[in-house]
Amino acid sequence: MSEKFDVIVVGAGPAGSACALTCAQSGLKVLLIERGEYPGSKNVMGGVLYRKQMEELIPEFWKEAPLERPVIEQRFWMMDKESVVSFGYKGLEWAEENNYNNFTVLRAQFDQWFASKAVQAGALLINETVVLECIVENGKVVGVRTDRPDGDIYADVVVLADGVNSLLGKQLGFHKEFRPDEVALTVMEVINLPKEKINDRFNLSDNQGCTIEIFGDSTKGNLGTAFLYTNKDSLNIGVGTTLSSMIKAKLKPYDLLDYLKNHPMVKPLIEGGESAEYLAHLIPEGGYRSVPKVAGNGVVLIGDAAQLVNAIHREGSNMAMSSGKMAAETIIEAKHRNDFSESSLNLYREKLYDSFIMKDLEKYKDAAHTFEKYPQYFNEYVPMMNKAMSKFFTVDGTPKRDKQKEIMKSITKERGVINVAKDMYRAWKAVK
Amino acid sequence: MSTKTLEEKQYLIRFKCDTKSHLTVLDHDVCMTQCPDKICTVFCPAEVYKWEGTRMQVGYEGCHECGSCRIGCPYQNIKWEYPKGGHGIVFRLA
Repeated sequence: MSEKFDVIVVGAGPAGSACALTCAQSGLKVLLIERGEYPGSKNVMGGVLYRKQMEELIPEFWKEAPLERPVIEQRFWMMDKESVVSFGYKGLEWAEENNYNNFTVLRAQFDQWFASKAVQAGALLINETVVLECIVENGKVVGVRTDRPDGDIYADVVVLADGVNSLLGKQLGFHKEFRPDEVALTVMEVINLPKEKINDRFNLSDNQGCTIEIFGDSTKGNLGTAFLYTNKDSLNIGVGTTLSSMIKAKLKPYDLLDYLKNHPMVKPLIEGGESAEYLAHLIPEGGYRSVPKVAGNGVVLIGDAAQLVNAIHREGSNMAMSSGKMAAETIIEAKHRNDFSESSLNLYREKLYDSFIMKDLEKYKDAAHTFEKYPQYFNEYVPMMNKAMSKFFTVDGTPKRDKQKEIMKSITKERGVINVAKDMYRAWKAVK
Repeated sequence: MSTKTLEEKQYLIRFKCDTKSHLTVLDHDVCMTQCPDKICTVFCPAEVYKWEGTRMQVGYEGCHECGSCRIGCPYQNIKWEYPKGGHGIVFRLA
């Protein structure tokens, strides 16, 4: 293959397909390279796809994309061994087409469809091809070396959308190897369950979905979360912690998943279901400080490869798509100037840092570090909260004011007044 | 039925195995002499790594290609590559 492209995009996930689609729509010659058998075959996520950033790429995508359910309820559980403190929001406005907020999706299906839209726009997709390295000449990325025979391919710009591990970003020296506290190891299962049972158990109608994020005993008090999402006729159930927490606690991730599945608060919801798939994946959760250099001579990094994930709000695929679009817009402008140098492509960096993506990551830049360093939020406060609620709601003849006093006393007794104040201030500072 | 063991979980997945491993333990002596925890045998979500007394057995065929072992090995003793194009794990659903 001695052909030269305007753009080579490595990886056909949400970031790569968004970038390839936008470039192809403006008439650029685009090659999209995927290492899997098909786009999505290597990709995993819990399953929430946001409307806004997808709609900016494909208007009214919900009319044809393979989606599961529009989410109308988001629940949050602070779970102890035999109890849960829950809160959440359910809004029927999210069930209306004009107000869809997010959807549950199955990625292997969604990603295939999304990549096919880039192909329809004119991008060339080649599957089953690994990019071994970027070809660098005179300090500029000029193409990629693939594992196909005569596999060198050239382009003005190479877009690295090669996912959380981004071996290519590492090859270029844009980032070092990630530390175990910068990534979360997450495992999940897809469990088939008849639609009627899902509707009954989660209090939903056919075209309504529910998400539950679970903190506390779901990770045995370690830094991480679990989730349970409703698809049409299946559930996605998963759990993850930072790899460093997994190592420190000597946890087997699948044992944690089975612990969750058998938890008395969770088990009735998945009872009778049939496991259909088991998946493991890393999530880049280092946040703001882990974002590498995102533009160089002839190259940009987007999506998970640029570590663009907001772990607090479980946003990632939307940031991937948005970053892919911003990179594409930059490449289109660079093409007009015929300048693919780092200073030209740094416009992408400016767009990124000026957008909700880096603003949100900046907002939470200390959160992961705080919660990793001070595990009491997960392993002490969640059980305390459960005990407090139990005490407060149990009617036993004790006056409410005395109950409140007792609760406050038991909390400050466990942690100490000053420590509680410190913990609260620290948590507020991390998420303010 | 919902799965109860890792074996049952792994059985749900489609793999298109390469004949050659994409994972390499660089020096088995490091595992033996410097790494009492052999933590990769614990956190790997597919139990790819099994300690066999003197060397680390690598069951690359069941690998999810997540990258945890490369990042989590305390001695950077695992060479981690992608399987050949089109090979390795093939997710069908999520």
